[in-house]
Amino acid sequence: MALELFRIDERLLHGQVIVGWGMRLGLDYYVIVDDEVAASEWEKDLYSAGLPEGVDAYFLSTTECIRRFDELDGHSGRGALLTRDPVAMRELAEAGVLAGRRVNLGGLHAGGERRRILPFLFLAPDDLSDLKVIAERSGSVSARDLPSAPEVPFEELVRAAR
Amino acid sequence: MTPTTGVIVAHANLASALVEAAESISGIRGVLHPVSNDGLSPQELMARVEAPIGRGPAIVFTDLASGSCTFAGRAVGRGSGAVVVVTGVSLPMLVDFLFNRDMQPEELARRVVEKAKSGAVVIAECGDGNGA
Repeated sequence: MALELFRIDERLLHGQVIVGWGMRLGLDYYVIVDDEVAASEWEKDLYSAGLPEGVDAYFLSTTECIRRFDELDGHSGRGALLTRDPVAMRELAEAGVLAGRRVNLGGLHAGGERRRILPFLFLAPDDLSDLKVIAERSGSVSARDLPSAPEVPFEELVRAAR
Repeated sequence: MTPTTGVIVAHANLASALVEAAESISGIRGVLHPVSNDGLSPQELMARVEAPIGRGPAIVFTDLASGSCTFAGRAVGRGSGAVVVVTGVSLPMLVDFLFNRDMQPEELARRVVEKAKSGAVVIAECGDGNGA
């Protein structure tokens, strides 16, 4: 298994991910699962522009990621898989590829029906429903913005959202 | 020609601190606009970057080449022709910017990057006196 981090983060590939997680875990590649980004050359260029030397990024739709998951997970080096929202991660969970994997919740910000749960995490009822499915079909779900921060388990997030 | 607007987009409080430092050195106030990405969604961050620019011209200074700050700057500038993004913002860069705002944004951007490079030097006074 080369994919070591499965993260939901609205900003996808950004400083906290590349520096905070990437440098700590020694990540060699990122798999960005997002239908919109995968279809946009400009956005792919944007996200790739500041990657450290020798670090690769793969941009895939959810469907393509599910189809190629074994190949992506069997890649040499250490990788992280990122989605922009819980929906795409839920689709991966429902396809069975997250079994036994720990899913990390990074930044989801205010907007719509989202309520503040943690300083970096705002969740709407729909988000919680998606996360429940992910929790049932993966190893675990927890929130943590950076590796040095304490991990907040999903059950605690649910309690905070009540 | 309209003087170039400067927007600094950075993590935590870096943008505000850099603006405060640049203003205190230059005495030129109200020209640089700090924006923190703290707690903002990509859409909110873009709106904050866009607000002081209007129709430009502008330089958006960001801290890291990869990350939400630079993404927002590039997204705002996309197709405008009047907005240039400069990464690796530093104090020498901003001070030079403040005194040369009448230059074309792209030309000014290249100039301030050179200023920033020449402002980063190694001074090895802690060596043994023999160049070590």
